[in-house]
Amino acid sequence: MEVSASGLTVRFGALAALNHVDLEVAAGERRAVIGPNGAGKTTLLNAIAGELRPTEGSIRLGGRDATRLPAWRRARLGLGRTFQRSTLFSQLTVAENVALAVRARDRKGWRFWPVRDRPLEDEVARRLAAGGIAHLANRQAARLGHGERRILEVELALAASPSALLLDEPMAGLSGDERRTTLERLGALPDDVTVVIVEHDLDAVFALAKRITVLDHGVKIADGTPTEVRANARVQEVYLGAI
Amino acid sequence: MILGRLTSARNAALLAVLALGLASVPLWAPRFWIYIATQALIFAVFAMSLDLLLGYAGLPSLGHAAFYGVGAYACALLALRQVDGLFPLLLVGGVAAAIVAIPIGALSLRTSGVYFLMLTLAFAQMLWGLAVNWVSLTRGTDGLIGIPRPTLVGLDTLEISLYERGAFFVLCLVVAVLTFAVLQVLARSPFGKTLEGIRENETRMRALGVPTFRYRFAAFVVAAAIAGVAGSLAAMSNGYATPDLLYWTASGFGLVAVVVGGTRSLIGPVLGAFVVLVAQLGLSTYVDRWELILGALFIAFVLFVPGGLVGLVRRT
Amino acid sequence: MDVLNLAHGSFYMVGAYIAYSVVVATNNFWLAIVVAPLLLAMLGAALEVVFFRRLYRHGHLAQVLLTFGFTLVFVDLVRAQFGPTTRSVPPPPGLGSAVELFGATFSSYSLFVLGVAIAVGAFLLLGWRLSRVGAVLRAGVEDKEMAGLLGVDVPRVFTFTFAFGAGLAGLAGVVAAPEFAIYPGMDASVLILALVVVVLGGLGSIEGAILGALIVGLGYVIGTTLFPQFAIGLIFAVMAAVLVLRPSGLLGRRS
Repeated sequence: MEVSASGLTVRFGALAALNHVDLEVAAGERRAVIGPNGAGKTTLLNAIAGELRPTEGSIRLGGRDATRLPAWRRARLGLGRTFQRSTLFSQLTVAENVALAVRARDRKGWRFWPVRDRPLEDEVARRLAAGGIAHLANRQAARLGHGERRILEVELALAASPSALLLDEPMAGLSGDERRTTLERLGALPDDVTVVIVEHDLDAVFALAKRITVLDHGVKIADGTPTEVRANARVQEVYLGAI
Repeated sequence: MILGRLTSARNAALLAVLALGLASVPLWAPRFWIYIATQALIFAVFAMSLDLLLGYAGLPSLGHAAFYGVGAYACALLALRQVDGLFPLLLVGGVAAAIVAIPIGALSLRTSGVYFLMLTLAFAQMLWGLAVNWVSLTRGTDGLIGIPRPTLVGLDTLEISLYERGAFFVLCLVVAVLTFAVLQVLARSPFGKTLEGIRENETRMRALGVPTFRYRFAAFVVAAAIAGVAGSLAAMSNGYATPDLLYWTASGFGLVAVVVGGTRSLIGPVLGAFVVLVAQLGLSTYVDRWELILGALFIAFVLFVPGGLVGLVRRT
Repeated sequence: MDVLNLAHGSFYMVGAYIAYSVVVATNNFWLAIVVAPLLLAMLGAALEVVFFRRLYRHGHLAQVLLTFGFTLVFVDLVRAQFGPTTRSVPPPPGLGSAVELFGATFSSYSLFVLGVAIAVGAFLLLGWRLSRVGAVLRAGVEDKEMAGLLGVDVPRVFTFTFAFGAGLAGLAGVVAAPEFAIYPGMDASVLILALVVVVLGGLGSIEGAILGALIVGLGYVIGTTLFPQFAIGLIFAVMAAVLVLRPSGLLGRRS
């Protein structure tokens, strides 16, 4: 599913968190969005996902105008996301967390009679195993370590079988093993899944993304292949030679 | 067997013993205590519906008593017009409350937290004001009095009348047990689990494609309907319906019952309802300052036993 | 302070009863005006330190529950001490008569109340915006951790503010005593109105509270003149309408 934003502006009072940002991600493309802190990357994801209403501009998902759609409808169109701060169901177990996601995807919420749903249980088990967290199935989400939480966060987004995935710093705070597992997981995504990943971890960025968009202070300052972006003078200036 | 999976065998057995024990109360308890138990059961139905709202849907409402009152008035109005069936009188309370809950829920659920609390309070107070001022319908502060209890069809041959304390007690017990069973089933269903997810993290549920408003709305209306049925029972029990059933402090006592008993457990509100009623009716005959005691108990629970009585049991 | 305190009405009620006791004992209304706020401030400080402080991080529901419990306790205590009958306090000598202004007659006590309200409102508004304490408080509510790290004694500021609020409620109770009936349920009636005012005006905004009070006050008077029976309903309808259109109140600051 294509993801695009046009003239996207988000103002908080006098501050423009995003200033006329254009973004076009083709279906199946892997795009990274990078930039220093405060550049507006999370704001961009929030606007695309529908958690935030832009002051100006429009969003298109899969060719449809999604600007006025509430967040849940965009998710139903196939948009999945992770959050910068793990947004989990803390009082529930890891297995229950994933079960909720699968159930939501299959729209089984309007059943008022409890039934044993074996296919759902099987799928939950499969997903936990793929994410390397099967051993945590019965642990309460609140009691997970930070890295384990981030992995669960990614698993929840994946459980919805999205056709476009927005990832907000999935690598933040992960240990070496956890990073590897997550990179494998993301690399193994089907080719038709669009991925937009906001990251500071540049190794992950180069491993996953074919194109990179750079934001600074709410403005897009570069957009291209890793080589092009690396060579961009303004980008270098902003990162002070960090690339 | 589906039901077999729901509750562990031990819990089911305990509940059965409890229910049978309660059912036998009319046989051995003194009349006044049968009365207290009856009132407690009616309040328990109300408290359980409040727990659906508060504990399961995560919606703190200060206006839930309004639906209880609406149910009472609806039943009263119908009964005073010579409608004599048990089911219509019980159901009309639920239906009336649900109808009133639709616009209130549609408006209030657009907000959350403090504002939701305030809006529900506001709407409840408006309904209270209506009950006080729409004198031609509700007789104002005098209330509707002389509400007859329905006759039990088919049981005339056994000569059981609802005017008998014991018979009415059993009716309330049946309604309470049914409510408990229905809510247990609901809580464990996919609907209940989705509601739980919305309570735990609404943002995440939205990001997963769940129309959270619709679920909360459904829970709100269902909870209102159950409260309305409790109201019907109250009207039948008291024989009258007055505006103070809707006053916000009645909602407050509901919260006391739910918190003292333990939220999100359904049996907790039942226990809490008994505590509140015993304090209100039983304690008050011995001690003048029962409200003080109840208030202090409530404060202690909020501070030190947030899981309520059920939480205490779970810990041991 | 972002604290939802249902017992605030109780402070008002206790203030009124203190006024009653003082006037009955000493016949001196002005003494009551000084004594009641002080006593209430001390009570408020004690309650905050012992009880309310524990609930700041548990959110509004826990605060609602706890303070509701306190309303039960206070009402019963007052009932135990003074009995359930309604009491009254005469206006102080010098303010009992009517006054002619701009061609209309006003009771001089009403003018006195108006004066007190303006003075308190101005004091709060200026204090909130311009004083050091106000700035510290605003910071503490905005970001408790940060303020603490910057050296602000957040707990003490909160206690002070809570006590100050309780004292003001007590003052309101004293001032209201000659105008309104004093009875054990008076906390509920004033509390509901106060909550409407605050929510309508927007939480976290003194200007909002003032605006809300004006709207509610005017609305109530207009309501009682036009539809006497539904005046209170009108107020609630206005609040509901405002909340539906502007979920944070008229001047509220909520992200």
